[in-house]
Parts: sequence; structure tokens; C-alpha cells
Amino acid sequence: MLTIQTPEAVMFWFLAPLSVVAALGMLLVKKAVHSALLLAWVMITLAIFYIAQDALFLGIVQIVVYTGAVMMLFLFILMLVGVDASDSLTETIPGLRPIAITAALGFGGLLVSLIGRATLGHSAYGLTAANTDGNVQALAKLLFSTYVWPFEVVSALLITAALGAMVLAHHQRTTERPTQREQAIARFRGASLGSAAGLPNPGVFARHNAVDVPALLPDGSAAPNSISATLKARGDMLDSAQFELGEVDNTVTEEK
Amino acid sequence: MNPYNYLYVSGLLFTIGAVGVVVRRNAIVVFMCVELMLNAANLTLVTFSRINGTLDGQVVAFFTMVVAACEVVVGLAIIVTIYRSRRSASIDDASLLKR
Amino acid sequence: MTTSTSLVYLIALPLLGATVLLLAGRRSDKWGHLLATALSASSFGVGLYQLSQMLARPTEERAVTQKLFSWINVGTFNVDAGLLLDQLSICFVLLITGVGTLIHIYSISYMSHDENRRRFFAYLNLFIAAMLLLVLGDSYLNLYVGWEGVGLASYLLIGFWNQKPAYATASKKAFVMNRVGDMGLSFAIMIAFATLGTVSFSGVEEASHTASKAALTAIGIMLLVAATGKSAQFPLQAWLGDAMAGPTPVSALIHAATMVTAGVYLIVRSNFIFDAAPTAQLLVVIVGAITLTFGALVGTAKDDIKKALAASTMSQIGYMILGAGLGPAGYAFAIMHLLTHGFFKAGMFLGAGSVMHGMNDQVDMRRYGALRKFMPITFATFGLGYLAIIGVPPFAGFYSKDAIIETAFNAGGVKGILLGSTALLGAAITAFYMTRVMVLTFTSKQRWEDNQHPHESPLLMWAPMAILAVGSVTTGFLFTRGDALVHWLSPVVGEHAEGENLLLQPIVVSGLALLAVAIGVAIAIMKYQLSEVDAIAPHDVSVFTRIARKDLLQDSFNEAVFMRPGQALTSLLVKGDQNVVDGAVRGIGRTALGAGSVLRKTQTGFARSYAALILIGAIVLIAGIWVVTQ
Repeated sequence: MLTIQTPEAVMFWFLAPLSVVAALGMLLVKKAVHSALLLAWVMITLAIFYIAQDALFLGIVQIVVYTGAVMMLFLFILMLVGVDASDSLTETIPGLRPIAITAALGFGGLLVSLIGRATLGHSAYGLTAANTDGNVQALAKLLFSTYVWPFEVVSALLITAALGAMVLAHHQRTTERPTQREQAIARFRGASLGSAAGLPNPGVFARHNAVDVPALLPDGSAAPNSISATLKARGDMLDSAQFELGEVDNTVTEEK
Repeated sequence: MNPYNYLYVSGLLFTIGAVGVVVRRNAIVVFMCVELMLNAANLTLVTFSRINGTLDGQVVAFFTMVVAACEVVVGLAIIVTIYRSRRSASIDDASLLKR
Repeated sequence: MTTSTSLVYLIALPLLGATVLLLAGRRSDKWGHLLATALSASSFGVGLYQLSQMLARPTEERAVTQKLFSWINVGTFNVDAGLLLDQLSICFVLLITGVGTLIHIYSISYMSHDENRRRFFAYLNLFIAAMLLLVLGDSYLNLYVGWEGVGLASYLLIGFWNQKPAYATASKKAFVMNRVGDMGLSFAIMIAFATLGTVSFSGVEEASHTASKAALTAIGIMLLVAATGKSAQFPLQAWLGDAMAGPTPVSALIHAATMVTAGVYLIVRSNFIFDAAPTAQLLVVIVGAITLTFGALVGTAKDDIKKALAASTMSQIGYMILGAGLGPAGYAFAIMHLLTHGFFKAGMFLGAGSVMHGMNDQVDMRRYGALRKFMPITFATFGLGYLAIIGVPPFAGFYSKDAIIETAFNAGGVKGILLGSTALLGAAITAFYMTRVMVLTFTSKQRWEDNQHPHESPLLMWAPMAILAVGSVTTGFLFTRGDALVHWLSPVVGEHAEGENLLLQPIVVSGLALLAVAIGVAIAIMKYQLSEVDAIAPHDVSVFTRIARKDLLQDSFNEAVFMRPGQALTSLLVKGDQNVVDGAVRGIGRTALGAGSVLRKTQTGFARSYAALILIGAIVLIAGIWVVTQ
């Protein structure tokens, strides 16, 4: 009979609720970045669980691969894609949310009750015996003997995936690259002459030059298209009115 | 404490991931929920490895991680490709097959 | 058994003609009819050669066989495509090729104005080949091939002028009614194979000594059905009258002399079956008796000269079937009547064709009259045939028909008296309607319009008629001299069995028959020669005449009993098909459509709703596990 030592129990009862709450939070928060961070936390928790269960190698790999590589990849893509309306939590397909919640409750309930009912016919053995030479060595033995064929196949899969990502990311130019001259012509013959000179830069001259402050138009109003659409959609836009000059002295003394 | 408790956590995480796939619209978040489900399955594998006293479960979990990494690479590439052509990361916008 | 390698030429020559003429098409228009006639004549020559060979051999070695190739070789079922020429077949071979050649010659002139004459000759040659295969086949299966072949040729020739819808319908009618008979033949072959294990004539004959009576009766009845179809016997007689739609030479060759007698051949050939199955034999007699009366009655009312002759043909074949049904006593007489009939009826049909030729294709006898003066040769040849058919001595019909009547009387008991009187009555009616044809056409007052210019037919037409007329005069005498034909055929059909105690002496029967004939002739002369005949058929006639004009309601009967219920059954089946079968199929389709339109709503195109469905599916699975592991 495998007895679980108190420190592990303490760790479990401390971390398990946290991980479930973090997972739930991942669903409920609006911003994808926050979801990603919460997921990273769940993964770290899981890594701790792995290590606690004598799966040292997997725990380290979990941290390195998931929280290190995969989550960084996610964050990177998030940065690339930016923020849009899909972040909104309002449901657009009618009736889907109640169905999803009912289904989740049923699914979870059934799963939990099944786990509660299931018996293995023996008690847990623990991995002390299997890990006598060390967890990594024992895993390596298995990987390079019994599982060597799946191992090779999986490595082929990994290479294929890398190739696939390259193919997908590759952008084949279908038209001639426009020359500067052509671009200039296109600007002036575009929808509006207003954009011919390019969009106004963000920032209020002499008062604030950050990217999240709209530029001021000559009449003193804010120019919304002077800042990135992503910032706008995210709501990370400062009110440029606060940087307005109070009272401008219009009186010009004529000098000779 | 009983190692079966890990299984409960795994089941809950899996359920949450499944619901996330259904309710979230941002393709990247949906993808993260899929990752959550995979991780929940991994936790089950590791737990059973411990219960059974053999390392095979861990080996399978290891393979799962590799496959998940592949999936992330390709999946994110697809998302980026779709975003590049449609300017949207909403999974609902990719419903062209219906028409 | 003697074997020969030259039998196949009998069939191959006319078949070659048909093939060449049909394949060469219009290119052979100029010489096609000559080739066909020459090939038919050479086939007749081969027949004569075979006869001379046969006569040179002793009686028991006269039959010759030729194996062409192994046709079917499946397990215990072996059929060779083989030919058999014996004393019975040679009669038919000579009749078919001889009369056939004469009719070929006649047709050269008769069809000279038809632009499709070459095709006509191709079909004629095809018919000769098929008919020869029919009589030469050494097994029922080989016979069946020829049987179907003549059916095809008959169909093609009846509908030769198929641009007229009525003629096309007539050929279809003949074909369909023949199919009914053909079913009988195929059933007979199947039963023979199933019960006797063989279908060759010799094999069946051998097996018939030990086979069960029930099986033989079944085969016999089925053969009778086949014979009624091909020979236009009751109850499958209705097609023959309409078959007169074909050109007259066709009526003479196929629907008088040869093809329609195939049923008689079949029954005589299968004598071993009928001898062993009295029930079937009795049915044969009944069919023969009914048909001979039926045909004779129809013949009295027909104004169309060809249809009157067709009715007469039906009636005369009734005599043959009657004779064939009387067993060993009658087989030879049936064949004798068949041969003499082949001569005089073919001659009369050719005479009718000659009359039509001179009368602008008019066929209504009420529009004829007094043609004796204009067509002396036709009158003479037709008259000789007429004397032969009514049975005036010493013409051919007298010998053959009297023999059958006499045999019928001597069949014994009530059956004999009934059959004999029927045959005698038939002879009287035959005399009546044939005299009517003769009088209306040749001797009564002129009833045709003045713009008609009756004229005698050319040499090519009257020469065959003359030859056939000679045949109708002499054949009866030749066949009966010293019982020549009876002895000739006895190796095939069994020894001729004369009744022990004769009910009536032959001389009495002959007297009675002549009396009956005299009565019939007298009534006809009184009615048609000595009184006025309307040029248009009167309508205020007795109900019997009306029924007889309508072929004794045969078509109405067929329509009421077979066609209407058939149509009703068909429309019922169509409805059943539409509602039940199609309904089921369409129902499946509609169900799929309905289910589709419902399920389509689940296909939103949104990946998330599909994910929800997957989730629900997973729930169902887990719920299943949950329930099972309860």
C-alpha cells in the first residue's frame, strides 16, 4: 500500500484547488493574455504534481516545453494577432452556452462519479522500485527499447510539423513587389487624399509622445486613426484631452 | 491521501478545457483550452503510472507532450495564416465550409 | 446408325443465302432473288440426293445422322448440335425445299414491283433454313432452335409491309401468341431434362419405356401446347387469320404448307411420348376435333379470300392433329394429309395471289365473280386444288382425308363415333365453304367495277401453280398405292395398327364422306351460284353468321379472358410498384430528406457547435460506460 506522506497531501490540497480555479479563470477572463498566464500557472502546477508523483523528468519537461516554449509561442502569437472582438465573452451562437454548461456539468459529474466508482483491484504501488536507477535512466531504457519505434515515428512527426509550420508561414508573393513610385501613386489615387501624406503619428507634440495617445488635430480634437487599432480595441487609449494646453493666447502682436 | 485524488483534478481540468473549447471564440484561447485538456490527460497517465508501479504511463505522457508540441506549432501556424488572410482570430469566422 | 457429312448443306445453303442477302444489302438488289431461289433449289437438290441415298439402303439403315459440334456439355447434361434425317424428316425436307423453291420462283414475279424484294427473299431463305433445322434437329433442343427461327421468320414476313400499322400489329399478334406455344415447348424440354435426363429424340424414346406416366403426360401436354401455338390450333388459333397480312407467297409457304404444320410434325415425332400417355393423346384428339370444326365454321363466313383459305388451313391442320392424336393408326395419315395439303393449299394460296395480282390486290370475294374467263390457268389450278381439298376422288385430299375420317370412326366406342361424325361434318362444311370460295371467285356473276382489268398472271407465277396442281392431283394416289407412305414411315412412327373390328368399312366411310361433300357443294351452289350475291356484305344476317365473321369471337374471348385481366393486373402492378415499391424507395428518400433538413440545423458551420456535439457524444459514451459498469 502506497501511503502518501503528509507533505504531498498538503501540497496537493493547496495546489489542486488553485489549479482548478486558475483553469476556470482561464475561461472567464476576457483578455487572451490573461488566459495564457493562467494556463501557464496551471501547467506549472501540473509540473509540480508530476514531480510529486515520481515523474521528475516529465515535470522538468513540462516546465521547459510547456511553460517555457509552448506558452511563449502562444504569447508571441497573441502579440502578433493582436486583440479583436473575438475576445468578447458575449455568446453569438444562440443556445450554445446553456448547452455547453449543461454538458460540462453532466460530463464532469459523470467523470467524477465514474472515477469514484472505479476500482483497480489493487492498491497503488508507487514508483520507488521502477525508479531505483533514477527516473531519467529508467525512462530512457524504456524509450530506447520497448518504445523505440513510436519514438522514431514521433520524431518524424515533429520534423513534419516543423516543415508544415514553415510551409504555412511561408508567404509566396503572387504579384510584383510594388516600387516606391507605385506606392506613392497608389496613395494619391486612393480612396481619400486625406491619407496621402500618411496617417498622423501618435503623441501630442511637446506634451506626450507615447503610442497610446491620439494626436491632436489642428482644431484641438483627437485624431483616432493616429494610434494602433489594437490599442483602440483593447481600450488602452489615453484621452488626449488631458494633455491639451489650457488657454492658448491667440493674440498675436504684430511686429514690424 | 489517496493518489486517486489526482484523477479527480484531471477530470475537472479536462471538463473545463472542453467547455472552454465550446464557449470561447478567440481561436488562440480555444487552442489553449485544447492544451489544457491534453495536460489533464497527461496528469492521468502519470498518476496511473504511479498507481501501477510501471513507467509506461510516463512514456506515453512524454509522447503526448511531443505530439502536443507538434500540434501547437502547426495549429498556431494555421491561426496566423487565417489571421493573415481574414484579419480575424475568431473561430466563428472560419465557417466558410458551410457555404 | 448411318452417318453423313452432307446433311448440313441442306440448312447451310439457304442460311448462306439469307446471310449474303441481308449483309450485302441494297447491292444485291439486282441478283438477290435469283441467288435465293438458286440456293433454295440446290437445297432441294441435296434433299433429292439424300432421298436417293436413303432408298438405296435397307429399311433399318435409312436414318442418317450428322454431329455438327458439341453444344452443351454440363455435368450429366450433354447436347450435341446434331442432325437426323430419317423417313419422316425427308418428307418434310422435300416438302419444304420443293414447295419453298416453287414459291421462290412465284415470288420473283409476284414481288417484282416491291422495292424490298431482296429483303423478302432473304427472309424466305432464313425461313427455309430455320424450318429445315426444325425438322432435322436430332433433339428437342435443336428442334427448339429451328422452332424459334421459323417464329422469327414468320414474324418478319407477316410484318413485311410493316409500314401499315395493322400489318405490324398482325405480326406482333402472331409473335406473341406463338410465344405462348413456345413456352409450352420449353417447359416440355425442361420437364424432359428433369425427369428423363435427356432431350434427344432417341434418348427420350428410350427413356419413355421406363419413365413415369405422369411425367410423360406432362411432357405430352406441354408439347401439345407448343403444337397449338405453332399450328394455330384451338385455343391459340387467333393469330393465323391476321397473319394473312403478309405477302401471299408467305401465306402459301409458311401459313399453309410448312410452318403451321410444325405442330403436327412435333406430335408425330414425339409419338413415343403420346403412345405412352393416353391422357395427352386424348387431349390432342379433342384439340384437333375442335379446331377442324372451328376453322370450317369461320371459313363459311369470311369474305376475304385469304382469310377464308386461312380458316380452311386451320381446319385442315385440325384434321392432321386429329389424325396424329389417334395413335399409330393415324400418324401416317396425318403426315399424308400434311403433304397433300401442302400441295393443294399452297397451290390455292398461290391461285389467290394470282387473283389478287389480276384484281389490283382486291381480296374481297364479293367483289370478284366470273373470273374464269379472264384467268383460265388460275381457274384450272385453283379448281384442281379445290377438288383435292373437298375430297373428290381421285384427287389427293380424298385419300388423305378419308383415311383420317375412317381412322377416327374406328378409334373405338363413343369416342370413335363422336370423332368420326365431327370429321364427317367438317368435310361437309369444308365442301360448302370451298365451293363458296370457288363460286364467288370464278363462276358467279361479275361483281367488280368496270375499271378493273382482270388478267392472267405471267409464266413465272402460273408455272409453280401448275406444278402444285399436278401434285394435288397425283400425290394422294401415289402415297396410298400399296400403302407406300404408311410403310415408309413405319420405322419412325411405329407399325401401322389397323383396328381389329372395324365399325365401318372403308367403302362405307368413303360413301358417307362423298355424300357429305355433295350436300355441302349443293348448298353452296344453291346459295351463291344460283342466287344473287351482294357486292357488299349484308348486315342483316343471323347472329351465327355475325359470330362466324368475327372468328367465333376468338379475339373477343382472348381480350376478355387474357388481355383485359392482363392489363388490369399490369395496371395493378404498376400501382403497386408506384405506391409500394417506389413508395418505399421514395419514403426512404423522403425520410432521409426530412432527417437531413432537421440535421442540417446542426451543421451551423461553426467549429464550436461541432465541438459541443463532440462533447455531447463523449457524454453519451461515458453515460454508456456508467450504465454498463453499474
